[in-house]
Amino acid sequence: MENAIEKHTIAVLVDNEPGVLARVIGLFSGRGYNIESLTVAEVNNADHLSRITLVTSGTRMIIEQIKAQLGRLVPVHRVHDLTDEGPSVERELALIKVAGTGDRRIEALRLADIFQAKVVDATLSSFVFELTGTTEQVDDFVGLMGQLGLVEASRTGVVAMSKGPAAF
Amino acid sequence: MSEQKLTGAQIVIKALKDQGVDIIFGYPGGAVLPIYDALFQQNDLKHVLVRHEQAAVHAAEGYARSTGKVGCVLVTSGPGATNAVTGLLDALCDSIPLVCLSGQVPTHLIGNDAFQEADTTGITRPCTKHNYLVKDVDNLARTLHEAFYVARSGRPGPVLVDIPKDVQFADGTYVPPAEVKHKTYRPQVKAEIARIEEAIELIANAKRPVFYTGGGVINAGPFAAKLLTQFVKTTGFPITSTLMGLGAFPASDNQWLGMLGMHGTYEANLAMYECDVMINIGARFDDRVTGKLSAFSPGSKKIHVDIDPSSINKNVAVDIPIVGDCGAVLEDMLRIWKARAKSADKPALKEWWGKIEGWRARNCLNYNRTESVIKPQYALERLREALRGKDHYITTEVGQHQMWAAQFLPFDQPNRWLTSGGLGTMGYGLPAAIGAQLAHPDAIVVDVSGEASFLMNMQEIGTAVQYRAPVKIFILNNQYMGMVRQWQELLHGSRYSQSYSEALPDFVKLAESWGCVGLRATTVAEVDQVIEKMLAVTDRPCIIDIAVDPKENCFPMIPGGKAHNEILFGPDDSPSDATPEDGMVLV
Repeated sequence: MENAIEKHTIAVLVDNEPGVLARVIGLFSGRGYNIESLTVAEVNNADHLSRITLVTSGTRMIIEQIKAQLGRLVPVHRVHDLTDEGPSVERELALIKVAGTGDRRIEALRLADIFQAKVVDATLSSFVFELTGTTEQVDDFVGLMGQLGLVEASRTGVVAMSKGPAAF
Repeated sequence: MSEQKLTGAQIVIKALKDQGVDIIFGYPGGAVLPIYDALFQQNDLKHVLVRHEQAAVHAAEGYARSTGKVGCVLVTSGPGATNAVTGLLDALCDSIPLVCLSGQVPTHLIGNDAFQEADTTGITRPCTKHNYLVKDVDNLARTLHEAFYVARSGRPGPVLVDIPKDVQFADGTYVPPAEVKHKTYRPQVKAEIARIEEAIELIANAKRPVFYTGGGVINAGPFAAKLLTQFVKTTGFPITSTLMGLGAFPASDNQWLGMLGMHGTYEANLAMYECDVMINIGARFDDRVTGKLSAFSPGSKKIHVDIDPSSINKNVAVDIPIVGDCGAVLEDMLRIWKARAKSADKPALKEWWGKIEGWRARNCLNYNRTESVIKPQYALERLREALRGKDHYITTEVGQHQMWAAQFLPFDQPNRWLTSGGLGTMGYGLPAAIGAQLAHPDAIVVDVSGEASFLMNMQEIGTAVQYRAPVKIFILNNQYMGMVRQWQELLHGSRYSQSYSEALPDFVKLAESWGCVGLRATTVAEVDQVIEKMLAVTDRPCIIDIAVDPKENCFPMIPGGKAHNEILFGPDDSPSDATPEDGMVLV
């Protein structure tokens, strides 16, 4: 089982300085690691800290390597493996454009309601839905819309946080 | 307080001085002219003008490796910076502390494809430990001090600071090093005591132990090498080391097994294969060392001490990982060993040494001693005898001569052996020798070279002449890229594709054209004579062209993809299954 592929969500707190994202991405491409999703934004304006959330996969040994390699980048403050460190919540936000009229349009709206997606733009022949949920929920919704006139989807990738009072 | 205004260029000079830099290796160009002007107006900081920026970096590496200090480089934008890239990666692979300053086009031109513009921080990002682009002169001093801190702390490495020309002209505030503290970078120096205690228990109960040490011990400083020697002597265990670790433990000691790995000794590799406890201190289980991973030391418990957490469990899964500085860990190990009154399992150790002596008796470095042709090993043996007891440093290029030098030249002290291990950069040895010589003007510095490697950076003879660095370039001239030819012989049916050194210069005349001394040996009897003459030259470089056996190969050898117990001893051995596919694809 040592060579089983595991999927991990890793949160990295970094100095928000030029090139920091290139360092992280370069590390993954240079060493041949997978990135399934990556999100980044400043989370602390006063100290110029950004939080990167990335979803990656690999054997246990590779996952440990990824964390060690991230940890030794000079502008990296902390690396947390949310998959390893107890329960966490993961969310994605998606904008999904669906075009169509008649029954298909009504069905799309009905499904959006079930998924608790919000309508953020509407024309007589299209909707843009905003959906927040787990990756699986977003996948499901996009899959259904595929049969109802999906035009395009834009997704943030996963952001995640550990459960409970402890800070990152 | 430090409220004085200086130009960016003056800040650079002041920061370098405050960081203890006494020599900077560089090459001027448009984007660094303000810094060169500031250099001109002072006398404390010596600038050494190289002939190619790659050599500036190797020279700084030679300086850094032989002194333990941070080496310093100054290059211009664009081609200046790109030429430095090979040197930077070389320093990264071998964990050599460097700070490289590069000029950049003025900030308002960045991104406009300006003349001699390159995305230097982009290009060097994977070739440096860290890099910076300084866009505000008020951040310059802080950034420079940080660069030195990052370069020398933790696992050392090269740091590049890219400085646009307008920043060099602008007035800014200087901050001294004491006022600069890095926000994030705090490598772990002291290791967890519980782990060390666990390791000590394992070491004390070992039946067939071996120390396997590497460049980490050298980087931790001479103090770490002393502690290592003390610990190894206390335990009575055998010790081997990587190419980068030579000199941390005295080669003249009987517990020394010689280097391990692809061209390591039989006794070192078999001790690694058959040990029950492996104590890795500051080495990284590199592929040159491990050979076939699945057959690497199959029966041992492994302890791994490394300051870089990413080195642990990267190639080989270990039982006791210890993250910390080799010196700090060895200090704790010795203390706990003594406090707990530990001792080695003497009867088991005696039996183990008996086995090792059996392997030693195989005399794996033996070669065909003949009078008819100069064997490269013989030339190195004679060099060894001539240097015995003399204060000396050895650099090498890359290839067969490098491996022979590692096998045949003994090092009893750290920081005396300067070679390109990780990256394997031909052309490293001459500039590195110049750097080492300038740091140690009274010592003998020999670049053990091959004729092909020497040609890669031979323009640096000019630098050596200009700064009166009496380096000795000891060319083992076999008229081949010997290691390439050896692999072609073993794995590619002796089809010597492009590995012959055609159209070589007359090295004696070449030396003379620079006003250096050129010497040549073509017979066995001449070897001692040229070595004696070479050592008598103390005021200028000397090129020694030794015509060695063009067909000699470097043994022992563990072919790529093979295990430690599948060693080839000489030309009569051939790989067990002629051209193993898995080995052929490896390098």
